[in-house]
Amino acid sequence: MTNQKVTYNKKTRKLMIHETVTSYLFLLPFLLFFVGFVIYPMFMCLFTSFFDATMGREDIFIGFQNYVTLFNDPIFWKALWNTLIIVVVSVPLTCIFSLWVASVISKMHVAATSAFRCIFYLPVVTGSVAVTMVWKWMFNNYYGIFNYIGTNTGLLEKNINWLGDERFALACIILILLTTSVGQPIVLYVSALDNVDKSLVEAAEVDGATQMQAFWKIKWPQMMPTTLYILVITTINSFQCFALIQLLTSGGPNNSTMTIMYYIYYNAFKLYKYGYGNAMGVILAIIIAVLSAVQFKLGQEK
Amino acid sequence: MTQQNQIQKNAAKTKTYYIISFVLVSIVAIAFAFPLYWIITGAFKTGAEINATTPVWVPSEWVMDNFNRLMSKRTAPLFELTLGKFVIAGPVVPAAIRWLVNTVFMSVSSMLLTCLTAAMAGYVLAKKNFWGRGIVFSLIVCAMALPKQVILIPLLREMSGLHLYDTMWAVIFPIVGWPFGVFLLKQFAEGIPTEMVEACRIDGASEWRTFTDVMFPMIKPGVGACAIFTFINSWNDYFMQLIMLTSNKNLTISLGIATMQAENSTDFGLLMAGSALAAVPIIIVFLIFQKYFTKGITMGAVKG
Repeated sequence: MTNQKVTYNKKTRKLMIHETVTSYLFLLPFLLFFVGFVIYPMFMCLFTSFFDATMGREDIFIGFQNYVTLFNDPIFWKALWNTLIIVVVSVPLTCIFSLWVASVISKMHVAATSAFRCIFYLPVVTGSVAVTMVWKWMFNNYYGIFNYIGTNTGLLEKNINWLGDERFALACIILILLTTSVGQPIVLYVSALDNVDKSLVEAAEVDGATQMQAFWKIKWPQMMPTTLYILVITTINSFQCFALIQLLTSGGPNNSTMTIMYYIYYNAFKLYKYGYGNAMGVILAIIIAVLSAVQFKLGQEK
Repeated sequence: MTQQNQIQKNAAKTKTYYIISFVLVSIVAIAFAFPLYWIITGAFKTGAEINATTPVWVPSEWVMDNFNRLMSKRTAPLFELTLGKFVIAGPVVPAAIRWLVNTVFMSVSSMLLTCLTAAMAGYVLAKKNFWGRGIVFSLIVCAMALPKQVILIPLLREMSGLHLYDTMWAVIFPIVGWPFGVFLLKQFAEGIPTEMVEACRIDGASEWRTFTDVMFPMIKPGVGACAIFTFINSWNDYFMQLIMLTSNKNLTISLGIATMQAENSTDFGLLMAGSALAAVPIIIVFLIFQKYFTKGITMGAVKG
């Protein structure tokens, strides 16, 4: 950084202008797409949230009315509650599970590590639609293997309509979400474990530390940045869980699997309440931003 | 002596711990691979075996019935080229084939456009010092932290306004604009010594030559990672496709299967055949380029 500053001071103004112009020429193609299809829509999301907007007519400015309606909408609160349950359950489980898997497979032969890493990544690559279809079958009331295994081992008395039952639907969604979200954290943890300073671990072992102690006292603190990153991305992913819900339950039964993401979709693309959907999007963005900031703060203090 | 014992005890404990956890991880791994196995075998099972209340773990005979049904449900022209007033339409084929063509077109275009724009942008963000660099970079980081889906409603209206709604470009452009690729390639470019770039300039190479002949070859592994990442993500970006694409001939394979599900919600044989068609190609791509992919994930995570 200091090096750059020295050269910066030495540079003539003319050279700086030249650099700026060429840099923006290089940036131009990306900026065109970035500003046009990411930044502008983000701004419009906030802007439209103050309007009563729908298809086929001019938007009507209504101030904070959308937000007022939103806070008085019981389904919104239900959706927020469900979303928080999904996040609170799946984020820690994903982190712990992937850390455990990574710590086991990173000790193996290189080929075995990469084979296991692949297997755990498969559900992500398979794609949400294909994954959802097969789980729908496995959870099916009559032909699903869960009911078959459950009744045959005596765990269940009779077949359960997993996805159609208020008590189980959300848990099923969380289970599927887990299988599709541990892939990336495992890859990250395996590489973080590889990058741990080996000499420190060896020194600890010579001093008689158990594997457990070596893990928690030496490796874990060094992997903190990775854990932090995983926490943030898993949180964002859990908030955005959509395809599962749209294809499996459509938010039902009785709104027991209604999440913010699905409720936005439902309002905007089924009821064409664009302004209302955008207001919800703004709230969702704020929640995620605050949570990410809190996670970073906590992570940095440690 | 006691210390020696302690160490041996520890070692024995560790060993049993590893054997147990190895067995456990293997069992979990089988559970993870099972849905995929179930999709592929399900696609080739007979109707009776699909709807058996006692699951048929291995199909007794492999039949193509499900694929035949999938292919006969809907049809669409293989391709359509619009040149001004003229529309050249390809032969009529089963819609699933057209959906695959669409999906490949969409993923390849997003991949090429993303790699090109991201390599250029990543290079200058890593190696150039210019006015506004900090602002551009903070915008990129902020955009990445926000949920992608909140921009979908405004995007839909924007695409309608641009007359791109219900075309592949409506899905491709937002993927290209998503800044992950730039972020990734900036990380890669930062690893290249600045002296290389400077030496090039001193030798009189133009900015563009410096980029194409020196920078680009050196960040190739990064570009590979970016390419495979974008390819797989756009193949599976269901939400965006769901909102932007409506007419039968413009669907992607995942979206097509999802649409069929709405009409034949309990024909699991048909749905498994469709799922296999959507999943198998992308899994093959993933397995071939896995090394790049893993690299992309780990590089993208380095704090920035």
